[in-house]
Amino acid sequence: MRSALDLDLRRYMQGDANSMGVWIALFALIVFGALRYDNFLSLYNISSFLNFNSLFIAISIGMAFVIMTGGIDLSVGSVAAFSSVCAAYLSPFGLEVALPGGVLAGMGFGLINAVCVIALRIPPFIATLSTMLAAKGAALVISGAQTVSVDWSSNFTKFGMGAALNLLPWSIIAVFLVALAAWLVLEHTPLGRTILAIGGGEEASTLMGLRITRAKAFVYMFSGSCAGLAGVILASGYGAGQPLEGLGWELSAIAAVVVGGTLLTGGHGSIPATVAGAVLLGLVFNILNFENSRGTISLSAYWQLVIRGAFLFLVILFQSHLHRRVRK
Amino acid sequence: MIRNGDANAAGTHPRQLVLRRQTFFRHGGVIALMVLLAFNVAVTPNFLQLQTLFVNISQVSTIAIVAIGMTLVIATAGIDLSVGAVMALSGALAPLIFGSAFGQAYPVAGLILAFALPLLAAAGCGLFNGIIIGGLGLQPIIATLILFISGRGIAQVLTNGNLQTFSNPAFSYLGTGKILGLPFQGWLALLIAGVVYWFVNRTLFGRCILAIGGNERAAMLAGVRIRLVKVGVYVICATLSGIAGLIVVAINSASDAARNGNLMELDAIAAAVVGGALLQGGRAPIIGAVLGAVIIQLVKYTLLANGVEDEVALIAKAAIIVLAVYVQQARKE
Repeated sequence: MRSALDLDLRRYMQGDANSMGVWIALFALIVFGALRYDNFLSLYNISSFLNFNSLFIAISIGMAFVIMTGGIDLSVGSVAAFSSVCAAYLSPFGLEVALPGGVLAGMGFGLINAVCVIALRIPPFIATLSTMLAAKGAALVISGAQTVSVDWSSNFTKFGMGAALNLLPWSIIAVFLVALAAWLVLEHTPLGRTILAIGGGEEASTLMGLRITRAKAFVYMFSGSCAGLAGVILASGYGAGQPLEGLGWELSAIAAVVVGGTLLTGGHGSIPATVAGAVLLGLVFNILNFENSRGTISLSAYWQLVIRGAFLFLVILFQSHLHRRVRK
Repeated sequence: MIRNGDANAAGTHPRQLVLRRQTFFRHGGVIALMVLLAFNVAVTPNFLQLQTLFVNISQVSTIAIVAIGMTLVIATAGIDLSVGAVMALSGALAPLIFGSAFGQAYPVAGLILAFALPLLAAAGCGLFNGIIIGGLGLQPIIATLILFISGRGIAQVLTNGNLQTFSNPAFSYLGTGKILGLPFQGWLALLIAGVVYWFVNRTLFGRCILAIGGNERAAMLAGVRIRLVKVGVYVICATLSGIAGLIVVAINSASDAARNGNLMELDAIAAAVVGGALLQGGRAPIIGAVLGAVIIQLVKYTLLANGVEDEVALIAKAAIIVLAVYVQQARKE
C-alpha cells in the first residue's frame, strides 16, 4: 500500500538515483561502439541516429509524464500516424502552419484520453487502447489508406531533413527544447510536483487539496502533443504522411521510460533519464545494425521483435529489483 | 443471467428506479444483442441464411474461447495482452510438426503431436506470464507486453515470416468439421464454456480466482495461495488462446504468423467487458463472455455486411469498448 510517505522528497531523490544505471549503460555502449566501429562517432552516424530517434525521444517524454501519474498511454503510435497525415495535408502552407497543426491534432486525441480517464473514469489502459484504435481508423479514413505526399516546394521538409548550422537536424533541436521545457515543468513548477504526487498516492493528493484534475488533463494532452510532434517529424523526415506507421511505438516509449528509471507504479521519474533511456534503446539497434553489416551476426527483422521483447523483460526484471529496494 | 460471485447486484432492490437501472445494466448485453439481430434482419441482405449462421459461428468461436480465458484473468484483476501472439505461435507450430519428416512418416503420431505440442508451448507462455506476474509481482499490462511483442516475433522466426499452406483433412476438421450440421468449433467453444463455468462455480480453485479479484489481501489472509492461482489463471488463458490459434489455422488450411490472432486481445477484452466482467476483478461471468463474443462478432459482421469501411469499423469498435467499460464502471458505483 502506498501512503503519503511516498511524497517524501528523499524518496524521490532515491528513485532518481536509480537512474544511474542507464547513464552507465549508455556511456559503456558509446565507448564500445566507438572502439569497435570506424564510423560510429562520425557526424553522419550521429546526425542520422539522432534524426531517426528524435521522434521516439519525443513520445517517450510525453509517456514519462503519463506514467509518473500512474497511468499509461497506449495511443501514442496511432496518434503520431494520424498527425503525420494531418501535417502532410497542411504542408503546402509551410512549416509554420503544419507544425502547430500536427501538434494540435495530437493534442486533440490527448484531450479525448483525458476526458475518458478523468470524466468517465475509464481505466487509462482501456481508454488509450480505444483511442489507439480510433486514431488509427481516423488516420486511414482521412488519408484513404494511402501515404500522403508532402509539398516539397514549401519549407516543411527542412524540419525533418535539413540541419541547423549544417550540424544537427532541426527535429532533434525541437525535441531538445521540448525536453528542456518538460524538465522545467517537472522540477520547478507546482504542476510538476502535483504530477509526481498523484503517482505517489492519488487519494492522498486529493485530500491535500492538490489540483489533480488539472494535472491529469495536462499529462494526457502533453503526451498527445508529443505524439503529434513525432508525427510531424515523421512526415517531414520521410516526405509523406504515413497512416500505417506507429505500430509498437508505445512499447518503445514505455521501454524507454522504464529504462530511464521511472517506476511504472508512478510517483517517481526523471526527464533526462527518460531521454537517456530512449537513446540507449535506439543505440542497441544501431549497434545491432553495425554488427549486421560487419557480418558477425545476421538477424532478420523478426529477430528484432524477439530481441526487443527480451530487452524489455530484462529491464523489467531490473526494475522490479529496484522497486523492492525503493520500498524497503 | 450473469450471477457469478456478484452478491450486491441482487434484483430485488426496494427502490423501483434503482431496480430498473440495475435491470438495464444486467441485461444490457441481451438487449444489445436483440437490437443488433433486429437491425440485421431488417437491413442486412441475406441475413437469415444458414450460410450467415455458419460464417458467424466459425468466427465467433475463436473470440469466445479466448474471451473465456480473458474473463478468468480479468476476474483476478489482471489482463493478458499476449493472447494474439500466443495464437500466432501455436498456429505456426502445428503445420511445422505435421509437415515435418517425422509427421509425414507417422501421420497419426504427427497429428497428435501437432495438437499437443502447440498447446504445451502456449501453456508455457502462460506459465511465463504467470510467474512474472504472480511471482515477481509485476503489473499484468507490462508483464504480458513482453510476449505481446516477442511471441509473434518467435512465430515469425520459426516460419521465416512465410505463409504456410497445407492440406491435412484430419487437422482441418478442427476448423471445417460439422456435428449435427453445425461447425465443430462452435460445439468446442460451448463445451469449453460449460467446463469453465462448472470450474469457476463448483471448484475451490474457481472460488479462489474470484476471491483474489474481490480483495487480494483478504484472500491472502484467508489462506488462498495467490501465486499458484494467478499462475494457473494465466496458463489456462494462454492454453485457450493456443486452441483458438489452432482453430484459425485449421479454418484457413494455412498459417500466417503475421495475421493470426492480430488484435485478438482487443476483441477478447471487449467481449469479456461487454459480457459483464469488471476490470477491477471479482466477477467471472463465463456465459456473459460468450454473449459478449457474439455481440462483438455481430457488430463486426453488421458493419462489414453493410459495406462500412474497415477503418470506420475500428472507430466504432473503440466507441463500443469505451461505452461498455463506462457502463460497467457505473454499475460498480
